[in-house]
Amino acid sequence: MKKKAWRNDAYAKVTGIARYTDDLKVTGLLHGVPVYTDDIHSKIIAVDTAKAAKKPGVVAVITADDIPGAVKFGQINPDYPILAQEKICTSGDVIAVVVAKTRDQAVAAAEYVEIKTEKLPPVLDPEKALEKDSPVIHEQIGNNLVNYHCIRRGDLERGEKESDFIIEQEFETSRIEHSYLEPESALCFQRPDGVMEVYGSMQHPFSTRRFVASTLGVPLSGVEVRSVPMGGGFGGKDDTAAIVCARAALAAKVTGKPVKITYDREWSFRESYKRHPYRMKYRMGLKKSGRISFVECRLIADGGAYCSVTPWVTWRSTVQCCGPYSVPNVKCDTYGVYTNNIFCGAMRGFGSPQTCFSSEQLIEIAAEKLGISEIEMRRINMLKQNSETITGQRLDTHTVSLEQVLDRVMKEINYDKKRKECSFGKAKGDELYGIGLAMSYRGMSLGAEGIDFNSAIINVQNDGSILLEVAVHENGQGAETTMMKILAAELSIDLKRIRYRQPSTSNIPDGGTTVASRGTLMGGGAVVIAARKLKEKMAEVLAEDLQSQAEDIVFEKEMIYGTERKKMLTFDEGVKIMFNRQEYPYSFGVFQGPKVSWDEKTGKGNAYFTWVYGCQAVELKVNRKTGKITLLNMAAAHDVGKAVDFEMLKGQFFGGMAMGTGYGILEDWKEDSPPTNFHQYKIARSIDLPEMTAVVIENRDPLSPSGAKGIGEPTNELMAPAIANALYAATGKRFTKLPVKLEV
Amino acid sequence: MKINYTTVNGKKIRLKKADLESTILVWLREELDLTGVKNGCGIGVCGSCTILIDNQPVRACRLKVEKAVSKEILTIEGLAKEDGSLHPLQQAFIDCGAVQCGFCTPGMILTAHAFLLKNSSPERKEVRKALAGNLCRCTGYQQIIDAVMEAAKHYQS
Repeated sequence: MKKKAWRNDAYAKVTGIARYTDDLKVTGLLHGVPVYTDDIHSKIIAVDTAKAAKKPGVVAVITADDIPGAVKFGQINPDYPILAQEKICTSGDVIAVVVAKTRDQAVAAAEYVEIKTEKLPPVLDPEKALEKDSPVIHEQIGNNLVNYHCIRRGDLERGEKESDFIIEQEFETSRIEHSYLEPESALCFQRPDGVMEVYGSMQHPFSTRRFVASTLGVPLSGVEVRSVPMGGGFGGKDDTAAIVCARAALAAKVTGKPVKITYDREWSFRESYKRHPYRMKYRMGLKKSGRISFVECRLIADGGAYCSVTPWVTWRSTVQCCGPYSVPNVKCDTYGVYTNNIFCGAMRGFGSPQTCFSSEQLIEIAAEKLGISEIEMRRINMLKQNSETITGQRLDTHTVSLEQVLDRVMKEINYDKKRKECSFGKAKGDELYGIGLAMSYRGMSLGAEGIDFNSAIINVQNDGSILLEVAVHENGQGAETTMMKILAAELSIDLKRIRYRQPSTSNIPDGGTTVASRGTLMGGGAVVIAARKLKEKMAEVLAEDLQSQAEDIVFEKEMIYGTERKKMLTFDEGVKIMFNRQEYPYSFGVFQGPKVSWDEKTGKGNAYFTWVYGCQAVELKVNRKTGKITLLNMAAAHDVGKAVDFEMLKGQFFGGMAMGTGYGILEDWKEDSPPTNFHQYKIARSIDLPEMTAVVIENRDPLSPSGAKGIGEPTNELMAPAIANALYAATGKRFTKLPVKLEV
Repeated sequence: MKINYTTVNGKKIRLKKADLESTILVWLREELDLTGVKNGCGIGVCGSCTILIDNQPVRACRLKVEKAVSKEILTIEGLAKEDGSLHPLQQAFIDCGAVQCGFCTPGMILTAHAFLLKNSSPERKEVRKALAGNLCRCTGYQQIIDAVMEAAKHYQS
């Protein structure tokens, strides 16, 4: 009998009673809608709201002039206008919010907001944007450079001299849309105590709180953000979702009434940030022995009109620019660039899907140049236990499992045998067959990008039931259930005792955002530490009853045992004694990420405190007449440290492979003809995908209190290059531009 | 004047004239507080708003209430028993790990339900095809197909 999956929110979700933001109603609710312009780069002369304000049902038409706090905000640079005031910098800019009694009335009135602008020359190409004579989008910065990162390792000249061959290749990746199924939504109202209460579809309540507080000009304590079920994020419900919340809060403040803003898909597509398109130039030096002697690369990321988290995204790309290989000499220059295109920010992968697309093809191009197999080439150069990364970090604190994930995937999909059957452009009919794979290493959590800590609250009630709160966010991935399972394991108690309570921003400290595959690692770490503190506290109080030293007491299978198990209490009895002694079985645990380091000038440092390793493979056929690609089979192996829940893990594997497939062959956000909805923007459907197999590899991480690492993003960085490599095996041609398309 | 009725989850509902012009999506959500039906795209492409009319899956965001006159609407709220015990298909979605963010789940379950009513011994490929009009960004569909296959046996009697 197969073990059945369970999660704490599944019943509500399969019965339709789960309440997402747009499902909430409050008395006196007003509805807000955004107003856009046709411009992408212009100076605002005037915004006239008079006509719109007179339309039926309209309560207020709010512009930047109504903002009591800061007009602009941002996670790194405060360059994003909550409502545009001086300039239009991109097509997603919002100039006003129309608030009316019904949503239909607000929509009808929105077209009567008039704007007078003076057009400015648009900046659309990120490389031209860096040229001296380019128009500048943010005058206060003086140029269009968002940020620059570099790596200088070894001696590139020496690397060149020692090379027997040098290969050069350019790669280009596409802008893609997160395509969470639930569009942005926010509901805000001012409470009698003066606090602005915010409900929203977002994945970072604390960032949302910062956006709202900044817009309203109030301290963080004056805003309380509450979590409700949300329909997917994938990194996309940070800035944009927070901005929608900030506008709804502003409207609630201005009108004195509760306001909801729920986005249409069209607005969501138009306004929400995307994954950065990259242009990448690589040179790689090779020795006859098969060793890589150097890598030189230049990465250009189109950040669009606003900074968002471009400096952090491009930092990860920089750190991981060579893929999971040892390279003695590296020169990498990475530029994040402002353009008038739609802005780019966090998306599942966060700068790695782009570089994986390059590095995992480059290694195969190199293998071919050297006349060795693509697997042999990987084995020679891959990072091993105690290897040094290109930033000088020695991988000696955890198991480096690249070889293991590669072997397991090859075995699972029968790679060696099938590789011999590949067409390489030669076949009797029109159908060409190929198999390909890609592998990666990935730094976990934020690394030297940011401050990395998280907390958990365990509050045992006097009947033995337990309330658990953790500063992570349920984005759909199952974070809450994962936290509950980690707690149940650490206390050795029945999962049924535990109820997860979604904390608000006012009752748990800011634990950072639930991104970067850090929820299980950081939140789970905090749960383990809180549980250990709880056990210590209970052991101290119960030592007398158990006639033991506190340190001898163990918690096992719902029991609390004294020295040599001579005395015992049930968990419930232990809890009762605690309360009788006026001691709360309550604890607060903090997990602080181990130290990381980074030197911005040289690109040296221990970039991340731990790393994960993964490999994905795909079989496909392609019709050389029609160009149609049919995916036949997929397999993935990822080292997760420790598996907390196999079914939820597999869900991350499959979802990541599906999204990676979209990146590889389906999705392409073209700036010159942006899609407005899912009829023009194609994400993977059930029939676009083959059967998939997930292989979970466990090598407990000593630096993770729970032993677990993470899984969300590593699953989403490999399928595009695996498909490109499989297409090469099918056609004998390289596909270096995303999405890959067969020219017919 | 002719009085129009429709049936929602087994309950007969008298329709006001103004209801007829509303989309079924808005009407279910706003008038009946049945918010299990979700608006993902508003143009009938993503499948999040799927409901069944006379056991046929339709897109509630595009269809007017007048099209449901004298017909039977089934929404996700109507699938479990009155006592809250789950339909085997709902249980299979939980057991197989087919639920993540849950936004596509109601539409996905209803599409699968209509399919299994017609074909209770499907091949995985047939399930894949049946679900082609319901987008999911979280799961890669693998465990959703597992769930539909798992539930199929309950439709066989």
